[in-house]
Amino acid sequence: MAEEYVIETRGLTKEYDGTVAVRDLNLRVRKGEVFGVLGPNGSGKTTTILMLLGLTDPTAGEMRVLGFDPMRQPLSVKARVGYLPDQVGFYDELTARENLIYIAKLNGIPRKEAYRRIDEALAQMGLADVADRPVATFSRGMRQRLGLAEILIKRPQLVILDEPTQGLDPQAAREFLDIIRDLRSHGISVLLASHLLYQVQAVCDRVGLFHKGRMVLEGTVQELARQILGGGYRVQVEAEGPREILLQALRKVPDTLSVQPVNGRVYELLAQRDVRPEAAQAVVQAGGKLLSLMLEEPNLEEIYARYFQEVEHESARAAA
Amino acid sequence: MSQHVLRRERAREGSPWTGMWAVVAKEMADNLTSARMHILELLIALTAVGAVYGAIQEIMNTISEDRFLFLKLFTEGRLPMPAFLEFLGFLVPLLAIAMSFDAINGEFNRRTMSRILAQPIYRDALLFGKFLAHLFTLALVLTAIWLLIIGLGIVRLGLPPSGEEMARLLWFLLATIFYGGIWLALAMVLSIEFRQPATAALSAIAVWLFFAVFWKMIANVLAPVISPVRYGFPEEQLRLVQTQLFLWRLSPNTLYGEIAMALLRPEIRVMGFISPVQLSGAILGTPLPLSQSLLLVWPQMTGLVAATILLFALGYVLFQRQEIRA
Repeated sequence: MAEEYVIETRGLTKEYDGTVAVRDLNLRVRKGEVFGVLGPNGSGKTTTILMLLGLTDPTAGEMRVLGFDPMRQPLSVKARVGYLPDQVGFYDELTARENLIYIAKLNGIPRKEAYRRIDEALAQMGLADVADRPVATFSRGMRQRLGLAEILIKRPQLVILDEPTQGLDPQAAREFLDIIRDLRSHGISVLLASHLLYQVQAVCDRVGLFHKGRMVLEGTVQELARQILGGGYRVQVEAEGPREILLQALRKVPDTLSVQPVNGRVYELLAQRDVRPEAAQAVVQAGGKLLSLMLEEPNLEEIYARYFQEVEHESARAAA
Repeated sequence: MSQHVLRRERAREGSPWTGMWAVVAKEMADNLTSARMHILELLIALTAVGAVYGAIQEIMNTISEDRFLFLKLFTEGRLPMPAFLEFLGFLVPLLAIAMSFDAINGEFNRRTMSRILAQPIYRDALLFGKFLAHLFTLALVLTAIWLLIIGLGIVRLGLPPSGEEMARLLWFLLATIFYGGIWLALAMVLSIEFRQPATAALSAIAVWLFFAVFWKMIANVLAPVISPVRYGFPEEQLRLVQTQLFLWRLSPNTLYGEIAMALLRPEIRVMGFISPVQLSGAILGTPLPLSQSLLLVWPQMTGLVAATILLFALGYVLFQRQEIRA
């Protein structure tokens, strides 16, 4: 298997007594990228993560994580992969530092080195002041950051985050996204499972959409937009002039899929890319007066909603 | 050659004990600092002092000569206070259950399980580490109490224990720790099986009550059903008694009681039914040497250890098969 992938699975399948949690999954995550795993609850995201860590055995299929087989070499995998489970828990009666010392010991990090890394990680996560307070007093955001500090003391090559921003306030969530970007800038690959689409779009290079145990879509947000929305770029043109002529002119703009008059002077173009310059030119050439141009980039939220709409539609049709 | 490669491919990498001592250290620290352990330790220490004080009074009142005064510290009681041995019979299970009933489900409930198992260790290390840590804690507490009693004895009785007495007491301590081991393993199995710590604790206590209070009664009812006495022959009577004994010995409490008796009362030479043949040539009341007493209860000792190992193995299998996601 190629070196450039940190995660590679082939035909990965997991059945829990009769029900299929993950079906025939072919997932590839490149080195250094942030990959977002999307999907509704129960779509197989967490099961996939547990399989990648060797915490549950797949029913069928093959996988490689950082070149190791999680089923046969779980220790090598777990020594190099940092994992932040959803709703991370700590030993409440121990202090933040004590919790990290336990993890460092389990990782077999020599004491001196461990203490150095712990101080460093706590400082990096902004927890240096509360390092010797029991975790029971920590807020959810602080626990989440402590979870990341724990990951950092391992010096991981790959970080797997399961719903890390769930239940965080907007400020904490934004900080968390900054930390993820920071990880990437240090060359650490990230697998981020979430259903908070806006956040996934904000940090992920590529995303995979899970539905009923299958990865049904995969690619960059632009690619998905093209696939599902048939474009995804919406350009709103506000122009004065004879409606029919303007419509006709706008329809001729290259890479434009459709043009809809919205009201009075506003037209909406659905395009495969940012066509603002061409649209402006078209309006002017048709003798119209251009008043404003607005671009809406493809939106993961919309892709997601549209995809599940279609799926429902199809299943309804199949049922009928 | 190819088969060799295949086998190496299939083997799990690394040792199952990686990280076990980290778990042991953490769990022991938890046990020794937790409030519930402090309460139980206090309880045991108080009963120890009370029972032994009563025993010393009793010993001082008897004037007959005895070679094994120190052993009597454990077996003598002064009404209404029972002997410390009887206290141990139910305090040790309580201590063991209190330590282990939330060993595994507690990790799930605190949501620390997936985080811990995502570290480069196997599940084996976690389970075995926890069991060992709890066993060490138990050993530590029991040894401390044991020393306390012997110290009290030296001060109050004014004479040191003999070598033979110390040897017997050491074996007794060891047996007590293994008796605790059974209940540790049982509580651990229940903590794996039940997600609610309260359920695990209650069912462990139910099992303990069952064996401590009800099992002898049930055995006495069951025995005549299994080996009925139809015509009143001596063979039938004998079989009935033997069945009864066998049933009793299914309970760890009986096993422990017999071991303690044989070790602490050197004059005991037979466990259970005594036939006249066994007594021929014996001088009643003369003590057995330690090696003979040990021989007498060796099966019981083996039984205790075997039960512990079986229960632990059951827990191990259950835990390995458990899905990590709740």
